[in-house]
Amino acid sequence: MKIGVLISEGPYTHQAADTAFKFVTAAIAAGHEVPRVFFYHDGVNVATRLSVPPQDERNIQQNWSGLAKEHGTDLVVCIAAAQRRGLLDENEANRQGKDANNIADGFRISGLGQLIEMGIQCDRLVTFGD
Amino acid sequence: MATLHTVNKSPFANQSLLSCLNHVKDGDSVLMIEDGVYGGLAGSGLSDAVAAKAGSVQVFVLQEDLEARGIDAGRLIDGVTAVGYDGFVNLVAETDRTQAWL
Repeated sequence: MKIGVLISEGPYTHQAADTAFKFVTAAIAAGHEVPRVFFYHDGVNVATRLSVPPQDERNIQQNWSGLAKEHGTDLVVCIAAAQRRGLLDENEANRQGKDANNIADGFRISGLGQLIEMGIQCDRLVTFGD
Repeated sequence: MATLHTVNKSPFANQSLLSCLNHVKDGDSVLMIEDGVYGGLAGSGLSDAVAAKAGSVQVFVLQEDLEARGIDAGRLIDGVTAVGYDGFVNLVAETDRTQAWL
């Protein structure tokens, strides 16, 4: 079964990004497919590669980047939410005249159309948020 | 069409569990996750409201979030069942859709 996931809460806030990660891991282990995870609202902050949590603590960004690398999950960040919060890829940084970008491996910036498409193409849509 | 309802906030913090219980249809499932697991505790002011629904609706709590809060599964309301993440995934697959009460 194809399961799409939406995350709308930032990392290290309550638990949404952690719960979602454990859910996705369990879904893949059970033989389901998670083709895409969409990061919306404060959830886009998961995608910054500049976060440096203590070494003995979970690294939420690296967990997701690792999942994308291992399973090919498409990690999509909402562009409008990302721009407001200073989350940029190389293209956006150039386009906006900024001196750096901060998006982590495995994530890409795109639009809400990707959320709608995920809702249409997946059998289930599961939301994690605040 | 059965729906899986997820509730992730303590019923002592906001109304989302009560709203959820007021909207569920017979045959639906409710899964309490994160701080929502406090809604599964027996002996609270809200236990009767949860227990009253636990017959027509299947009510679950996420085991890992229970343990993270030091709650033994023995303290759950009768009819409320603890499940792991594998159970969460099965509930999503078995029901027709998932509604998060955020």
